[in-house]
Amino acid sequence: MPNFTLNGISVDVPEGTTVLQAAKTVGIEIPHYCYHPNLSIAGNCRMCLVEVEKFPKLQIACNTVVTEGMVVKSDTEKVRQAVTGVLELMLINHPVDCPICDQAGECGLQIYYMKYGLHKSRFAFEDKVHKKKVQDIGGQIVLDAERCILCSRCIRFLQEVTGTSELEFFRRGDHSEISIFPGRPLDNQYTGNLADICPVGALTSKDFRFKCRVWFLRGTRSICPGCANGCNVEAHFKEDIVYRLKPRRNDDVNRTWMCDPGRLEYKKANEARLLTPVVRENGGLKAEAWEAALSFAAFRLWETVEAHGAASVAVIASPAFSNEELYLARKLAEEVLRTPNVGFSPRSSGNGLSDDFLIKADKNPNTRGAQLLGISEEKFDDIVRKIEGGEVKALLVFGNELADFPGERTAELLSRVPFVAQVGTNEGAVSLAAHAVLPSASFVERGGTFTNHAGRVQRFWMGFPPRGNARGGIEILVGLANRLGAGWTFAGEASVFRAIARSEAPFAGMSYESLGELGQIAGGKG
Amino acid sequence: MELVLTTHFGNERYRFAETYEQLGGYGALRKALSMPKEEIVAEVRKANLRGRGGAGFPAGVKWGFLPKDLSRPRILVINADEGEPGTFKDRLIMTRGPHLLIEGIAITCYALEAHTCYVYIRGEFVREAEIVQEAIDEATAKGYLGKGILGTGFDLEVTVHLGAGAYICGEETSLINSLEGKRGWPRVKPPFPASVGAFGLPTIVNNVETIADIPWIVTHGGEKFASLGVEKDGGTRLICVSGPVKKPGVYELPVGTSLRSIIYEHAGGLRDGKALKAVIPGGSSTPVLRADEIDVGFDIESMQKIGTMAGSGGVIVIPEGTCMVRALSVLMNFYAHESCGQCTPCREGCGWLAKVLHRIENGQGRNGDVELILEVCDNMLGRTICPLADAAVMPAQSFIWKFREEFDGHLREKKCPYGNRF
Ligand SMILES: Cc1cc2nc3c(=O)[nH]c(=O)nc-3n(C[C@H](O)[C@H](O)[C@H](O)COP(=O)(O)O)c2cc1C
Ligand code: SF4
Ligand code: SF4
Ligand code: FES
Repeated sequence: MPNFTLNGISVDVPEGTTVLQAAKTVGIEIPHYCYHPNLSIAGNCRMCLVEVEKFPKLQIACNTVVTEGMVVKSDTEKVRQAVTGVLELMLINHPVDCPICDQAGECGLQIYYMKYGLHKSRFAFEDKVHKKKVQDIGGQIVLDAERCILCSRCIRFLQEVTGTSELEFFRRGDHSEISIFPGRPLDNQYTGNLADICPVGALTSKDFRFKCRVWFLRGTRSICPGCANGCNVEAHFKEDIVYRLKPRRNDDVNRTWMCDPGRLEYKKANEARLLTPVVRENGGLKAEAWEAALSFAAFRLWETVEAHGAASVAVIASPAFSNEELYLARKLAEEVLRTPNVGFSPRSSGNGLSDDFLIKADKNPNTRGAQLLGISEEKFDDIVRKIEGGEVKALLVFGNELADFPGERTAELLSRVPFVAQVGTNEGAVSLAAHAVLPSASFVERGGTFTNHAGRVQRFWMGFPPRGNARGGIEILVGLANRLGAGWTFAGEASVFRAIARSEAPFAGMSYESLGELGQIAGGKG
Repeated sequence: MELVLTTHFGNERYRFAETYEQLGGYGALRKALSMPKEEIVAEVRKANLRGRGGAGFPAGVKWGFLPKDLSRPRILVINADEGEPGTFKDRLIMTRGPHLLIEGIAITCYALEAHTCYVYIRGEFVREAEIVQEAIDEATAKGYLGKGILGTGFDLEVTVHLGAGAYICGEETSLINSLEGKRGWPRVKPPFPASVGAFGLPTIVNNVETIADIPWIVTHGGEKFASLGVEKDGGTRLICVSGPVKKPGVYELPVGTSLRSIIYEHAGGLRDGKALKAVIPGGSSTPVLRADEIDVGFDIESMQKIGTMAGSGGVIVIPEGTCMVRALSVLMNFYAHESCGQCTPCREGCGWLAKVLHRIENGQGRNGDVELILEVCDNMLGRTICPLADAAVMPAQSFIWKFREEFDGHLREKKCPYGNRF
């Protein structure tokens, strides 16, 4: 553990830590562009210059490994001047077209200019080197070469993370520019990350471009619901519309990355949403108030148990729901309806995509959670058989589809059940057939936990309350259970998680506090 | 006067192994193979042999940076990129005495326990590369290279690699990238090539002339070599004199020979009765000297004392009547064109300097432009991955410091007083 002094503060760091990393741990900001925690060191932007005792020249903090007794200063006039000087040079050939740039508001150049620059332009506008703007280079990305500060983050990402190397530098000196090779566009499933790591507006997201100025956006910490990997993300929204997902760093799960299909998962929170409880009676559909819809559904379930016995009722849970919701769904089935028929319906792929990096073939965020809570996929097959055999008289379905069944198959199956209640977020084959639609909150509209493929229990947080008239799954389940006489007192996901930690062995000893931002492995081991 | 390299360069046949051998060639290698390796390195240290590529780093000291353990193969790379404007000496060695280089390589590799050597030759040197390759083939046939050199167990393979024409590929880490087939970008240091160099292996990069001096040092001893030069800088140097002198060319002279005698005695003084205005002493990247500053010994320390560098021995003579703004402008175009584009200060700064100089020369300079150049220089100097930015800044600063009135004159008169325009 070498000890060194940074701006007069004594700091202990693990062997091999760089000055830039060490500074971060004590809250000292050293400006940087090319450094990225999950990429190799390039040392080309020259923004992170600091004074190191015994070195006559300023050193780059990103490539200076701390040694015992080192004395470093990042707050001197000499350093400040150097940083301002580099920033000025960085801007001379930059088009400064912020008013039409999507990066404005989260641009490294704007941020550091306000902090370290504020110089007057001394470079003649007509002398600027011009480069190609608005190039579709494939994937989710548009390139504006003129705005590029040539930090090489994108190039290193494509070399070191995807191994596909589609981008390279071309030409030299101030005519240097990044580009793809002729006729070879970006060809990998992780292109969206390029827009994130590009510190400026050179690489922007086709999907997000010109949709919203970033300063109008608010964010919440979340988990991508796109597959079993559970990439940590931030969901960005304005009012109750989600605009994008951005990866959130978790070195044990996704480092700082996420996949392209996952990045578009947010759309499901906006489009084709179920926003009002609906009841189907006498062939007609009717929007209902929650009280009426819940009472109706509860009554029909009770009625069926009374008439045909508990075994005539089934609950199909969904691995797209949280641990908390799954736990309550199981409890409802076992303790309230007292039916053995509870299983989960897996949504597989749609695109069949998987790789050995982040993308998992299992397209559900919480399959492992469902399994650890004792809900099985085999039971689902069993329930389907029972539906086909006419044994199921009432069904509570979570989710928007049944497994990967084509729409007709779902319609046909559900038509055999006299009463179907759905708890779901989006229109689909299930909502078309359901007799009671109980619209539930999207992943940004409620909090909870998912358990990823590796058994890591990870929290996601509510960004805004459920859209329209939708409700959190917990609230819906408590409403149903209590109407069936359960007397549950759960209030909010934390109280449910406490119950899970008490009664479910794999989750023993866990709490929202212990999960923290980055989660914990269920069962205390991998 | 004792010569180390060029004694037989007048002999057309000296480039062939047979003649080279008849004139004593490969005797040093035989001697070296019977010496303990450390002793060879010790002789090179004693010789005060300073790198001839430009930086002047003591060769023996650099060799000492190799990791002690031999678990990873070591590589010797010969820098034959010879890109520094004003420098044209390595090509002379390659065409007139290629076996000096090869014998030097064999001895160095033996001393450093390296079994692989790459000779990185600039792309334009097609004929030079052919001659070196022929010499390698001859030497291999005669058992000086290849498997079991001269009956010892020592193997050495030497490969010629042609560059593709970029000044920056003369910088040693850029050269290594280029050699590996990558874009010729200098690497961030640390790690230094001695620990992580070509193909990730411990690597020593030396200039052609540096290595060509090795056989003589082995034959005559380090002390003898040191005594040819000055206190901390031994031997002779190949000095390249260009510009309007009577006898431009390459001169082998003892380190420490005065710059005045180089220009006026050896190169015969200026042509056509011209007067001397300035001298760039060590290749285009070294700070310029005024005509009254040339009473200085051509060695690393003496040059340093007067604020310039011996560099790669490229003496560029500038006569009266030359517009210094134009001269600097031409130089800056070179650096702006050759900057690899990696570091912000160099990429943007070199281009900026070139543009400002261009407009000053064209009579379109703006108030404050000269100061602006100096400030941009401050923002570049010592702030980059490799010294190319410094190489651009040093002439820029020194031209302005020493010939400020010419720059101001361009601004005042709104034209070039010499009547130049781009
Ligand atoms: C921009 C730049 C260009 C260079 N070009 C050459 C060159 O053409 N030949 C050369 O020997 N060294 C060149 N050098 C110096 C090398 O980096 C290196 O110091 C040298 O090859 C080491 O050999 P030496 O110690 O024998 O001089 C250059 C350095 C820089 C920064
Ligand atoms: S496009 Fe962006 S990430 Fe890539 S080099 Fe340019 S500034 Fe850096
Ligand atoms: S100083 Fe210039 S030439 Fe050297 S690495 Fe940086 S940009 Fe390239
Ligand atoms: S962050 Fe250190 S040089 Fe770019």
